Amino acid sequence: MEILWFIIVAFMLAMYVVLDGFDIGAGIIHLLVAKTDDERRIVLNSIGPVWDGNEVWILAAGGTLYFAFPLLYASSFSGFYLPLIIVLWLLMLRGLGIEFRHHIHHTLWKSFWDVVFSCASILLAVFFGAALGNVVRGVPLNQEGYFFEPLWTTFTIVPESGILDWFTTLMGLVALFTLTTHGANYVAMKTEGEVQLRARNVASKSVWGVIVTSVPALLVVTSIRPEIWNNFSSHAWGYIFPLFDVLGLAGMLYFNFRKQDGMTFLSSTTFIAGMLASTAFGLFPNVLPASTDPNLSLTIYNVSAKSYGLGVGLAWWILGIVFAAGYFIFIYRTFRGKVALPTEESGY
Amino acid sequence: MQDAFLMDRLQFAFTVSFHYLFPQLTMGMGLLIVILKWIAMRKNNERYNTAARFWAKIFAINFAVGVVTGIPMEFQFGTNWAKFSTFAGGVIGQTLAMEGVFAFFLESSFLGLFLFGEKKLGQRGHFVSAFLVFLGSWISGFFIVATDAWMQHPVAYAMDAAGNVQLQSFWGLIFNPWVGWQYVHTMAGAVVTASFVMASVGAYYLLARREEEYGKIFIRLGVVMGIVFSLFMAFPSGDAQGKNVAYNQPVTLAAMEGLFQTKEGAELILIGQPDMDKLRMDNPLHVPKLLSFLTYYHWEAEVKGLDAFQRSDWPDNIPLLYYSYHIMVGLGTIFIAIMVISALLLWKRKLYAARWLLWILLLSFPFPFIANTAGWMTAELGRQPWLVYGLMRTVDGISPTVSAGNSLFTLLGFLGMYFVIGVLYLLLVIKEINHGPEAAAVRR
Repeated sequence: MEILWFIIVAFMLAMYVVLDGFDIGAGIIHLLVAKTDDERRIVLNSIGPVWDGNEVWILAAGGTLYFAFPLLYASSFSGFYLPLIIVLWLLMLRGLGIEFRHHIHHTLWKSFWDVVFSCASILLAVFFGAALGNVVRGVPLNQEGYFFEPLWTTFTIVPESGILDWFTTLMGLVALFTLTTHGANYVAMKTEGEVQLRARNVASKSVWGVIVTSVPALLVVTSIRPEIWNNFSSHAWGYIFPLFDVLGLAGMLYFNFRKQDGMTFLSSTTFIAGMLASTAFGLFPNVLPASTDPNLSLTIYNVSAKSYGLGVGLAWWILGIVFAAGYFIFIYRTFRGKVALPTEESGY
Repeated sequence: MQDAFLMDRLQFAFTVSFHYLFPQLTMGMGLLIVILKWIAMRKNNERYNTAARFWAKIFAINFAVGVVTGIPMEFQFGTNWAKFSTFAGGVIGQTLAMEGVFAFFLESSFLGLFLFGEKKLGQRGHFVSAFLVFLGSWISGFFIVATDAWMQHPVAYAMDAAGNVQLQSFWGLIFNPWVGWQYVHTMAGAVVTASFVMASVGAYYLLARREEEYGKIFIRLGVVMGIVFSLFMAFPSGDAQGKNVAYNQPVTLAAMEGLFQTKEGAELILIGQPDMDKLRMDNPLHVPKLLSFLTYYHWEAEVKGLDAFQRSDWPDNIPLLYYSYHIMVGLGTIFIAIMVISALLLWKRKLYAARWLLWILLLSFPFPFIANTAGWMTAELGRQPWLVYGLMRTVDGISPTVSAGNSLFTLLGFLGMYFVIGVLYLLLVIKEINHGPEAAAVRR
């Protein structure tokens, strides 16, 4: 049962990163690919009807994490106190940037929110990468399963780590390049003309950023947490996840070159899903490794709710997610195809 | 530790109070927009459609602010109240996760369709998406109230070996006897807010002699809904909720009512100031024996005062609790008066010309927000000193590793951020109102 919920929570987080990832990515490249007001409105309209639904995945994932693994929720949220609250602020600013921009037709007003939207998106990508880095590196858990990390200390991994050290910053850059590429692929898929050309161009460059940052990151992970490969050696089928990663990366390069934007977007989706799945597979059954004493690590078994609750939860979770899948299919079908620029009064 | 406790409480109180200004309008206005859409379809009247589109614009701004200020709420359970999350996650994790899975997906998906899909969906589809947004917001409200109801009145749980609570009966949690009345009382409060806002905007258009046809529609719907739900707030929902408190949290009742001494035939205090040094009410204005009657339907019934309970179990801020409760009840009474008079004049077809009353309606819109906030403060201050009533003290629930300095930093950040958000929100809503419904006539 705990394993099932581990998979469910990992799945929901991956859904979040894939879905909100592309609209965060659209935010990152917003100022780069769209120069005029019309172009910016096209970018915003490409994510407008869906960004809120995408963002709900992190709320739903957070709620599910709370329900299935209360101690993990309590420990990690209080331990990562400052970065989490900052992430909340960034999410707020970003949402306001999208929703407030189109209400007043004034260049200064619009430019202001464009910059807010873009900067918040960039910082969010970096923070999400750093968060993943922290989980992989481990945190100084105490006997009760709690810890607290300042934003940064000496930028070294030991002895007293901060949220940002050179490794987690590197991970932040991996995430930044990955989501840039992902967002650019999405924008290229949803738009035409100049915006599409610029987005493709950004993707063709940032994918090299992904390669340049993720290869050293992988080497560092192997050196500071070699046990991440244990699960792979004992269950060889798990290599399918890193394989997805490699295929996704190759796909991004190949299809970008062939200008097949839909396939490129599918490739970056595969890459992200593969990266997260590999991490989850490698960490299992740990969910938050301790950098202090490995015996203090939080595992799915010492943080989960009891079986009655988990069983009941499964029933409503399946029901709810079937409904949600229905809504998502319906809404993406309704707004499928290239974005046309609506009148000023409607849309963004 | 005491400092961190204060910061955590202030931060939660501030962020949740600010947040709830928006969802109450979302939930109430969601219903009113559905009604406008329904009338438009039934009567095939384009004016009602335009009215719905106008409110949808304000709804969208309001919804966006509700969403962004709502995100920190769920997260604060983990960031600032980690011990509480560990303790209670096995039970209230259920309701909070269900809110995400059942309500958030529904409302966020269909909000996009409702705001941008009228052309693509057609009128019937557009009505359905409006209804689903409304439904999603009310489901969301249910799970939040169910979570709070469990904290007020914990049921359906068992203690595990580690001293944390675990769910024992799913339906017991959903049908907690505390949930029903608290839910309808909360939702009706949301409709009262939306009714007053709609009537207020309508009154503005009539007074300013512009968009008068829309002004009349807004006043009509606002007053009709306003009178029904204002009355429902007092009876039966408010009355029943009061009895819930009286039977299950008698010390809270005593503090709310400012009753220091246990007595038979207890008086109902209308106005007065609790004096916590001398333990009595200053300048009380009261109605003899009414509290006994309202609580137990018996004029001579004994009502327990604060003296019947240990001081350590008293709510820790009795004056604030007392004032919150009295502000809620006092404003609720005024709402009923305003709406009864308005409805009477509406029926006599004199309301649209009664400028004095239109002025009152115009200026009344902030007060339902205050009353709703005061109502929640009554519920949550009344629960003190418990975080989970009878099971966990509030002071034991905070995060053990987050220092006061860090909490203050984020509290100040929230204060600054929310100030800016509040100003921008007002700016945009006023702009939309000034723009008027005709400008919203363009179909999207």
